[in-house]
Amino acid sequence: MSLSFVNLFYLLSAVLFIGGIKSLTHPRTAVRGNLMAAVGMLVAVVVTLLDQSILSYAWILAGALIGSVVGVLMATRIQMTAMPQMVALLNGFGGGASLAVAVASFLAINGPVAASGVIGMLAVGLTVLIGAITLTGSAVAFGKLQELLPGRAIGFKGITLFNGVMMVVALSIIAALTAGQGGTGLLLLLITIALVLGVTLVIPIGGADMPVVIALLNSYSGIAAAAAGFIMGNTVLIVSGALVGASGIILTRIMCVAMNRSLTGVLFGSISEEGGEQMDADEVYAGKVKSSSPEEISMLLETAQRVVIVPGFGLAMAQAQHAVRDLADTLERRGTEVIYGLHPVAGRMPGHMNVLLAEAEVDYDKMQTMEQVNPHFAQTDVVIVIGANDVTNPMAREDKGSPIYGMPILNVDQARTVVVVKRSLSPGFAGLPNPLFANSNTLMLFGDGKQMVLELAGALNEATPRQAA
Amino acid sequence: MDILIMQISLFVLAVILGIELITKVPATLHTPLMSGSNAISGITLVGALLAAGSGDANSLWVSTLGMVAVALATINVVGGFLVTNRMLQMFSRRR
Repeated sequence: MSLSFVNLFYLLSAVLFIGGIKSLTHPRTAVRGNLMAAVGMLVAVVVTLLDQSILSYAWILAGALIGSVVGVLMATRIQMTAMPQMVALLNGFGGGASLAVAVASFLAINGPVAASGVIGMLAVGLTVLIGAITLTGSAVAFGKLQELLPGRAIGFKGITLFNGVMMVVALSIIAALTAGQGGTGLLLLLITIALVLGVTLVIPIGGADMPVVIALLNSYSGIAAAAAGFIMGNTVLIVSGALVGASGIILTRIMCVAMNRSLTGVLFGSISEEGGEQMDADEVYAGKVKSSSPEEISMLLETAQRVVIVPGFGLAMAQAQHAVRDLADTLERRGTEVIYGLHPVAGRMPGHMNVLLAEAEVDYDKMQTMEQVNPHFAQTDVVIVIGANDVTNPMAREDKGSPIYGMPILNVDQARTVVVVKRSLSPGFAGLPNPLFANSNTLMLFGDGKQMVLELAGALNEATPRQAA
Repeated sequence: MDILIMQISLFVLAVILGIELITKVPATLHTPLMSGSNAISGITLVGALLAAGSGDANSLWVSTLGMVAVALATINVVGGFLVTNRMLQMFSRRR
């Protein structure tokens, strides 16, 4: 196929990607949007395979076979609770692929991917840098989300300075490569530095900020693809990579706004030496926390008119989404109004709770955003908080000295009674005590989320016939 | 040089388009949108195919790296689109 034909088809697939992303932003067209983007990818792949510059198919076949099998297995086996890890991992693979393409381009002497000239070398350098950072950065994010690594910020004093110096060295190497002075040895050094940078950039970021990190790494993997496009002058790579890179940045900003964090605060602030102003947990909770039992709470629920369920990451941990749905069904059968109040960054990935509740077949209209649900807490009889912590912490509203001050929260404390289902009084990702737990209208239900919800539903079911009679 | 300017223009226009596309997205779709656009970033597969198929006799490295890139990018593409579809099906089931 001639080059202009190839480029026309690349244009078609770029248009399909744009239409796909656009459709993915509306609930009604989202499924179609994903299909559209997949077709766009298929067009780009088929046209590339027909390209006359491809001489052997053996290596392609081997790679595609391995990739397809692993990809299908991952996509069908993964549990919805583990979605954040999955996206992090896929991101890393995308970055790794761009890295491998760039190194192959550097080594190739001629042929379709061989990098030539100043621009080619500059593009190789940038692709290696961004691709490698995406690869190891995503691996660290995966490790934190999968709890292979501790979720808290890890680092050493001066890690920001270390990263800055490494970045300067990396950019100098890229400049040398661009000037045509570097050999394979220098490229290997660049790869090593970039791989280390991926780790040291992400590891000091705490678990609470992971939604932002995933969105940002997503953006990086797009930029890496675009940079790879500049190596070989491939238009579809440039356009699609830029699209993903830009949309990833916007998603990152949405996350930052939802958490009231600045992007620089997320990237460099977590390990900052904090003053001794830490609130003492014992002081906050001393003697004021009321522990309750499923039976007692089910009595409250029996008479409730309106119940709001506030899920957090603990719901995912306990795999309690189906149990929660059953509890809600039981309540609704008794004529109680049940609403789900979802904080934008509840869970470890934006929109994660929506996915979990959809898995449990919760109606779309019953999931309300923070803006929708907040004005009505005062008219709510019982709020059930399951595995959520920081997004309900009133310190974000009241305590100017608190690290989370200014973060928009769900004002659950305005409800008549707040029931918090939690394993212990341990702090959330932000590492702060939550005065909500010590409020006079708060009842704690200590235990595994799923177990407690099941017992609640059980107690409520036992009460039902008596009510009806 | 002309071609480079054209490529840079494409890049800049696509960045602006990408920003404009994602202005108002309901929270429900944040996760699927992220995994969907993540799958699109697997477009680097095109570069990987060219590298793996270049038949560069001079260097086994190019083909091997190409194959690794094809495998990684395919996981990204296949896994990404499939899992996004799986998620979105759950949303549509109840409406």
